[in-house]
Amino acid sequence: MSVDPGYYLVLAGLMFTIGVVGVLTRRNAIVIFMFVELMLNAVNLIFVTFARQHGTIDGQVLVFFVLVVAAAEVVVGLAIISLIFRHRVSSNVDEINLLKR
Amino acid sequence: MTDLILAAEQGGVILDHPAVLAPFIVAIPLASAVLLLLFGKRIGKPAGVIASAAVGLAFLASVVSFVEVLSFPKEMRGWVSETFTWIEVGRFQVDANLLVDPLSAVMLLVVTGVGALIHVYSIGYMKGDERYSRFFAYLNLFVAFMLILVLAENVLLLYVGWEGVGLCSYLLIGFWFEKPAAAGAAKKAFIVNRIGDFSFLLGILLLAATAATLSMGAINAEALNPNGPGPGISGGLATAAALLLLGGAAGKSAQIPLYVWLPDAMEGPTPVSALIHAATMVTAGVYMVARLSPVFEAGGDLALMVVGIIGAATALWAAIMAAFEYDIKRVLAYSTISQLGYMFLAHGVHAYSAGIFHLTTHAFFKALMFLGAGAVMHALAGETDMRKMGGLRKAMPITGTTFMLGWLAICGIIPFAGFFSKDAILASAWADGQYVLWAVGVFTAFLTAFYMSRMYFRVFEGPLRVPEGVHVHDVAPTMAAALIPLGLLSVVGGAINLPGLLTLEHFLEPVLGESHVPAGLTPWVLGGIALLVAVGGILLARSLYMTRASSLRRRRAYARIPWLVDAARNKFYVDQIYGYTIVLPGKAFSGYLANVFDTRFIDGIVTGTGRMIARTSENLRGLQTGYVRNYASLFLLGVVVILALLLLRVMFG
Repeated sequence: MSVDPGYYLVLAGLMFTIGVVGVLTRRNAIVIFMFVELMLNAVNLIFVTFARQHGTIDGQVLVFFVLVVAAAEVVVGLAIISLIFRHRVSSNVDEINLLKR
Repeated sequence: MTDLILAAEQGGVILDHPAVLAPFIVAIPLASAVLLLLFGKRIGKPAGVIASAAVGLAFLASVVSFVEVLSFPKEMRGWVSETFTWIEVGRFQVDANLLVDPLSAVMLLVVTGVGALIHVYSIGYMKGDERYSRFFAYLNLFVAFMLILVLAENVLLLYVGWEGVGLCSYLLIGFWFEKPAAAGAAKKAFIVNRIGDFSFLLGILLLAATAATLSMGAINAEALNPNGPGPGISGGLATAAALLLLGGAAGKSAQIPLYVWLPDAMEGPTPVSALIHAATMVTAGVYMVARLSPVFEAGGDLALMVVGIIGAATALWAAIMAAFEYDIKRVLAYSTISQLGYMFLAHGVHAYSAGIFHLTTHAFFKALMFLGAGAVMHALAGETDMRKMGGLRKAMPITGTTFMLGWLAICGIIPFAGFFSKDAILASAWADGQYVLWAVGVFTAFLTAFYMSRMYFRVFEGPLRVPEGVHVHDVAPTMAAALIPLGLLSVVGGAINLPGLLTLEHFLEPVLGESHVPAGLTPWVLGGIALLVAVGGILLARSLYMTRASSLRRRRAYARIPWLVDAARNKFYVDQIYGYTIVLPGKAFSGYLANVFDTRFIDGIVTGTGRMIARTSENLRGLQTGYVRNYASLFLLGVVVILALLLLRVMFG
């Protein structure tokens, strides 16, 4: 039995949208981070779906790359966030606007 | 292949073919070098024995290979040992193949045989040095690279060995790098060699590009048969290639104009000098010219004439400098340059096998004399000035006696080894109609006999004279173990190629072609002249150094040619000339590049770019809000716009 690929795409679209909205509305850096991960995984889901659909493994390979990059990104990102937190005792992104003149 | 099997059945052969052993001949010293480099400190004292055993094993394998080569009929002596594919890019493929044929078999014996003796000698000589194991690692590496060079079947592998010995000579000449002179000499050797190497590289690239192959067998075949089905190597191209190769050979084998590194290389430990001068390094150029002799033949009279003239000029030039030098090792160094000149002279008159013959005998007696000189330095607390020595034969009987054998051999006294090999070269020059080269060779033979006798008489004969507070002692057993066999070889080494029998030359014929030796009485007359000249040189040295009136006569003789004495003692100012014409301008130019061009122009571009970007971004900061959510929404907006455009294109495009 196989599930219609359309469902996967709809699910992925929902996940992605939730991610986008989350990133745009939340203020806590860690939470934003989690929404970013959600978006990444939505894309992964799409990759796998199409890979399955076409019967090739390219998409699955790409997913591995995405996973690796995401892992690396989490390491760096969390390090930055924890440093900022130590510095400012806050993880509210709106309070971090050094770049603004 | 069937021929091979047939021969194997007939000849009672042990191995499939001699090349089976070839990879091991290289691998054993190489493995020992790696072992000593990695664990030398922990191994400690046995390092010398391990290194000597490795080269000894390689020597045994070489002997087996040599005997095997001999056991096959003449026209089948030549095997390629396929080891592994070294480089593979598309259709371009280079195999690290090793070639065993009469020429490489002879070279293997010389390199590993003399090399092993020098290793054994070093056990005694280097005792107590703080980098004892490292020294042996370098020696092993040196021998291994030389063996790669000798066994290489293609020019690229030859080049690996070529550069490898260059590196090892640098490491070993500068072995006592705490001494500024040693560090400088190492650098000089490396850089001067580099100049030659560049020429050599151009030469092999030209050959490879023309022949569309890297295999030396194939290149030689193209040179031998320019009108065949292949691209052929002939005419001006062959001349150019031969001259470029000669440039490389001049660097490695210390010929004019690149010989300047060799006298300075005396800064290294004495066994290194022996190794460089006898078994490895300087023989590389001579070997390479012989190996690629068809290219030189195809290069026509011009190429060979240049080879011959450079050889003869170098032989004479270095012999003159040797006659006025006081440093015992430097006299030997000039003598090596001079003898290498003879080998090139031989190559220049088509007598490649005579060149290899002289290479072999020279390896025996020159290694012997260097090791003897090392023993003298050891006994006299590092003294190298011959004026402070005298009468050492009685105090050091083993060293003195073996050194005497080497002295007689290089002077060309019958029946010592040097007589036969030098005579073969001179006779070939005569037979080729190169009477000028012959005359230069004979005059150099006179000078050779003179300066070697001068050295021998000063150091070993006459009343005992040593630096103050030195207790003279003869060599340690390990050092004697190297001196005595070399002394014997210096006596009988000529027997490998007796006139009339011509064993070595016949043996080398499949590779180097037939040798032309004058027939009838001529060789005897020529040999007689060479012998007379040698005796004359010895007698002159005797009258100037051994009699009561010697010092007076010397002063009078020097007074007659003050300009020559002055120029020769200053090495003909060649170092100064190179210094002012090449080194100084080079330094000035690189100083300009480093201090002006690099800081102002190159750095200017880099820092300028950086500054420009910094300024631009400083201005662009005004656009920033600093809110992450703003940036994210802009991302989103961008994505939406791009998607919308794509959608529009799909719908209307």
